[in-house]
Amino acid sequence: MTPMTLLEGIRDGLITEMNGDDRVLVFGEDVGRNGGVFRTTDGLQEMFGEKRCFDTPLSECGIIGAAIGMAVYGLRPVPEIQFQDFIFPAFDQIVSEAAKMRYRSGGEFTVPMVIRTPYGGGIRGGHYHSQSGEVHFTHTPGLKVVVPSTPADAKGLLISSIRDDDPVMFLEPKKIYRTLKGEVPEGEHAVPLGVGRIAREGTDCTVVAWGAMIEICEKAAEELQKSGKSIEIVDPRTLVPLDEKIILDSVKKTGRLVTVYEAPRTSGFGGEIAAIVAEKAIEYLEGPIVRVAGFDTPFPYALEGIYMPDVRRVVRGIEKTFTW
Amino acid sequence: MTTNDRKTDRSTKANSSGTRGSSPVLSVIDATGKVSRSRDPSLSKEELLKLYATIVRTRVMEERALNLQRQGRIGFYVPCSGQEASHIGTAAALRDEDWIFPAYRQAGIPLLRNVPMQQIIDEWYGNDGDICKGRQMPVHYSFRQARLVSISSPISTQLTQAVGAAMAARYLDEDSVVLSYCGDGGTSENDFHAALNFAGVYKAPVVFVCENNHWAISTPLECQTASETMAIKAEAYGFPGVRVDGNDILAVYQVAKEAIERARKGKGPTLIETLTYRMGPHSSSDDPTRYREANEVESWRQRDPLDLFRKYLKGKRLLTQAIDDEIHNAAREEVNEAVKQAEDKATPSVSSMFEDVYRDPTPQLLEQRDDLLSLGEASAGSEGFFPL
Repeated sequence: MTPMTLLEGIRDGLITEMNGDDRVLVFGEDVGRNGGVFRTTDGLQEMFGEKRCFDTPLSECGIIGAAIGMAVYGLRPVPEIQFQDFIFPAFDQIVSEAAKMRYRSGGEFTVPMVIRTPYGGGIRGGHYHSQSGEVHFTHTPGLKVVVPSTPADAKGLLISSIRDDDPVMFLEPKKIYRTLKGEVPEGEHAVPLGVGRIAREGTDCTVVAWGAMIEICEKAAEELQKSGKSIEIVDPRTLVPLDEKIILDSVKKTGRLVTVYEAPRTSGFGGEIAAIVAEKAIEYLEGPIVRVAGFDTPFPYALEGIYMPDVRRVVRGIEKTFTW
Repeated sequence: MTTNDRKTDRSTKANSSGTRGSSPVLSVIDATGKVSRSRDPSLSKEELLKLYATIVRTRVMEERALNLQRQGRIGFYVPCSGQEASHIGTAAALRDEDWIFPAYRQAGIPLLRNVPMQQIIDEWYGNDGDICKGRQMPVHYSFRQARLVSISSPISTQLTQAVGAAMAARYLDEDSVVLSYCGDGGTSENDFHAALNFAGVYKAPVVFVCENNHWAISTPLECQTASETMAIKAEAYGFPGVRVDGNDILAVYQVAKEAIERARKGKGPTLIETLTYRMGPHSSSDDPTRYREANEVESWRQRDPLDLFRKYLKGKRLLTQAIDDEIHNAAREEVNEAVKQAEDKATPSVSSMFEDVYRDPTPQLLEQRDDLLSLGEASAGSEGFFPL
């Protein structure tokens, strides 16, 4: 075990896979010589050479289109999109091509590719360096969507994503890139996709969250502990495939559900989780399901701290499941 | 803004190639079918007759496809008639280990690469013999055995992928080359720019073929670009662009061979602009009489790539009327037999809808599948009754 930041966990995962598999290539805007604008790929070009870690022209569509071609040919590309907000020029390649290649070719051609991209608010980045676009991808069959929330998971989920035979959107909560530290296993450490974790055990209310929101929910749980409420936090780790069982088991135990996510509330993934629980466990519920989310506005620059779910809003959301 | 001020005479009479632009256009076969000895690519009789038979098989197959569509027996078709020499001639210059990322109007390539016609026609029907398991519209096939990568409808998305595949070949120290196609409309897409830019920067072993057929559905060439030619665009990306008479299969072959060898030697990409014409509709849903003149179509019909090649072969005494009849008859029989067999095949199973989304289905997919199948079982047992 080594203490690492979330960002270092990702980098360690990349190094582990590049060491183990020559087919793994890392590329994107500024990832080579500069080591990425967040330094996630720092030193990789020196370690593995320019053939395996390189800079690309400033073209998201070109980066992902080329990555798909490499994957179809037999490599395991790990392209980076500098900010998830800039992914839309590549959206056609991701949605129309990568996601559908296996299906439309009857399994003849596949795209084992991991698109790494920082997402989410909390760094004062305004509209275009802050958005949480996970549902663009969860709503596209053929893609897997992974969101780590601890340094160990960042490494372990990335390793599993690179080994996966399907395209994976690996969304990195950039707010906690460096603020979150934790012990990370050395060398081989694969966390399977589709298996959630209980981030905090509790008995009175289930909170489902992911990425940077886990930390907020933990603080809210501490707060509520003072008034005797025991909160369980479920981190699904991967939105697709989703570990429904861990969520349903928790709700059956606590009888309450709050979903917390940064994205605009309407059509957010927390709504999907609410629907699953309503369909499959409504008889266990003792109060309404509550969503605590971003607002249905573009992401505001100056009011970022108000827009993003914070401890106060999460606490109020949880309380609503008790008093209604 | 109107584009009329730049309106071009698209008839073949405008110049030898039938389009604007002053840069040279390579042409080998003259209107009488003759070829000057110095320009004749030295293909064997067998090779020439295979190219000819492939054009015939493509033409015959597609005539049948449009009929089947009109009869409601298949849902849709995208014909390539008039453009056979352009794609068959370029693909013929590849080696077997080379890869192709096609658009959707290169139906002759799978035939050239020895894909059984049955597999092509099974795809039109989306039956349980279809490699794609009935998941795509007709002509959006996928043939791994021919290194012909799965086709999609969005325009030019294949170009950036072709560059990536070429970069992968280079990375793996393989000397295969990648060939990719788009139309004149395809050059307006973001992917065209991204692909040519990446190809130039990485000197990828890729050859782009822009089949300039003068029409993107109803939108004429002059509405796609103010460039003098499509080939000239390559210059800005740092590699050569060449123009060739796309209806002259020998010229097309020659140009492609040079570009492919150049790529194989590590000298980088080439953009080939083949000047050709879409003699038929964009698709079975399109009526081109709404937007183009009959005399324009007729003038191009005079330079039908099939007729031109036939004149050449007959002039060289490589093709007799008897052999020509035999090739046509064999093609008709081949199509008839394949259609008959395709119509006898079943629709893919309902449960197959849930396969190949991922390597292993997610729990959610399994749940949805089982729920659907139980509905069928409730009404008819086994996999149940699902009227299609």
